[in-house]
Amino acid sequence: MDWTRILTNVAGEFFAPTTAAYALAAIGLNIHFGLTGLLNMGQAGFMLLGAYGFAIATIAGWPLWAAVLIAIAAATIFALILGIPTLKLRGDYLAIVTIAAAEIVRLVGRSTALTELTGASSGLRGNQYKDTFQDASPFDDGTWALGPFEYAVNASNSWWIRIVGWLVVALACLLVWLLIRSPWGRVLKGIREDEDAVRSLGKNVYSYKMQALVLGGVIGSLAGILYVLPRAVQPDSMGRSMTFFIWTILLLGGAATVFGPVLGSIIFWAVLAVVKLTLRDVVPTTILRSEQIEQFGWIIVGVALMVLIIFRPQGILGDKKELAINAH
Amino acid sequence: MPTEPSPAATDARAAVAAALRDVPHVPGAPKPDPVLIADDVRRMFGGVNAVDVDHVEVQRGAITALIGPNGAGKTTFFNLLTGFDKPNSGKWTFDGRSLGGVAAARVARAGMVRTFQLTKALNRMTVMENMRLGATAQPGENLFAALVPAVWRPREKAITEQAEELLARFKLDTKRDDFAGSLSGGQRKLLEMARALMAKPQMIMLDEPMAGVNPALTQSLLGHIQALRDDGTTVLFVEHDMHMVRHISDWVIVMTEGRIVAEGPPDSVMNNPAVIDAYLGAHHDTDLGDDALLDDAVLEQLRTEDEEAR
Ligand SMILES: Nc1ncnc2c1ncn2[C@@H]1O[C@H](COP(=O)(O)OP(=O)(O)O)[C@@H](O)[C@H]1O
Ligand SMILES: [Mg+2]
Repeated sequence: MDWTRILTNVAGEFFAPTTAAYALAAIGLNIHFGLTGLLNMGQAGFMLLGAYGFAIATIAGWPLWAAVLIAIAAATIFALILGIPTLKLRGDYLAIVTIAAAEIVRLVGRSTALTELTGASSGLRGNQYKDTFQDASPFDDGTWALGPFEYAVNASNSWWIRIVGWLVVALACLLVWLLIRSPWGRVLKGIREDEDAVRSLGKNVYSYKMQALVLGGVIGSLAGILYVLPRAVQPDSMGRSMTFFIWTILLLGGAATVFGPVLGSIIFWAVLAVVKLTLRDVVPTTILRSEQIEQFGWIIVGVALMVLIIFRPQGILGDKKELAINAH
Repeated sequence: MPTEPSPAATDARAAVAAALRDVPHVPGAPKPDPVLIADDVRRMFGGVNAVDVDHVEVQRGAITALIGPNGAGKTTFFNLLTGFDKPNSGKWTFDGRSLGGVAAARVARAGMVRTFQLTKALNRMTVMENMRLGATAQPGENLFAALVPAVWRPREKAITEQAEELLARFKLDTKRDDFAGSLSGGQRKLLEMARALMAKPQMIMLDEPMAGVNPALTQSLLGHIQALRDDGTTVLFVEHDMHMVRHISDWVIVMTEGRIVAEGPPDSVMNNPAVIDAYLGAHHDTDLGDDALLDDAVLEQLRTEDEEAR
């Protein structure tokens, strides 16, 4: 077995663009769930909407910054549409509506009615919308190696997307760090625990929940852009299972913490890579074919999530003491 | 340890008593300077009239007790007035502003802040964070200002000082950094009241503030409530402890089955046979206002709670 190759591959996952995209999506979900207690079960919908908004605007000839603004605007409107009818109701209503709405985004995206815009179920090829982002790179084209890691500087799965992706993740962490420590974050924390108490103190709970929903959704849409830049916009790869992975990542790292989503994403993708690569090397293809290994990896994820919730519900970075206090 | 009332305190009490001297002892009696006026407030729960108040006025700057047997509709009436529940009909004004149908948060911002019968301390936040949340005019509660600590730090400092003062007054200063969930039931009641006071409300509405509070603390809690009146705050409170009602209230309103059945100063109301009948039922021959109402079982429960708190 080639351990060097496996370890190199796993280490590559630590800073892969996908890891950054999922970390960013989980940071958005952390603002919803960790900070405010909102059950958003459709974070992939925000990502897909951001990806479509960015890709379609770019294909239409819009500059990079404008295409990003379109993605942000799409997520904002989506959050408002989801929030206005549900945020005055009990929390489960938001959960149901977000599941359904994310599915609707995906189904509309893959429907043939909009083929000219969305490419229907085959999606949008990366080459159609990557240029503005790659042209924004200050570096010369070519490939560059750092130790065993060799990637193109600007094209597709590049150093450039890694740099930008992790920079955005770092900024989002800074944002959450500032917000958690602020009076605004304090109001959200109060809402997470008892809305009525916060209302009785004169805070407009509905408005705060809406702000959190929009902010987390916008961060989700940026994650969607990051996710599709090194690949293509494929509606079927951004569905319920993507939302499920984002939740796993958030709970793994620790909800309501600053770095939980980042750590969660790194561990999630690294462990998955270890499992898949090892199985591929160890198990003969007569027993498990490679697509079965793929599926086996996801089974491991499901089991790991269950074990985690049973034995360490606060996640890796979460505060055990805080979780131990039950509502009297 | 009961403290001698300060001259200011006796003055305030005497002034309120003088203002209420000529108010007739009848339900719905008009007050000389009402801060809250409610008309035809009704709330039905499946055919039962939980609240059915024709007219009631609450005197500004006075301590008014709202008493009545369990299920009389006191909590529901509080919920309606503070926007936590919607009436089937009715309107009311607070300080001249119509507040019927206004959302709870706006009612609080208008200066009418309430506490809950089932305490709503935010258990996973520290005592100090609970207190800070009660403050008003913190610019850092705006999303964008929150990102610039220099904008909200000065106000945060002022809020923290105000909170420390209140915590000391309520003897919670040693618990400053503990989770609210680690406090005893009585301490959480105190915290909830102190938190409500952070907003410096014009009127505070307390739903059973003494329930579960350690007897050693009740005396000083009575002092706090009287001090509020002396500072000009209007207090409306629901209470079962007749001793407390008699001791501190300037005016008593009696509710049964959703209706207001009697009003008057404590002595007059508690000697009203109709009230004794309606309110006490089985305890017919108990002297109202006697500590005997705090029976042994209750005292025992309070003691255990107190011990748990330590
Ligand atoms: N949410 C509710 N649903 C149905 N009935 C209720 C509700 N809240 C209160 N009630 C009923 O309304 C009446 C008044 O209750 P409440 O206001 O809690 O009385 P009090 O505070 O005076 O003890 C009671 O008969 C109670 O059962
Ligand atoms: Mg009650």
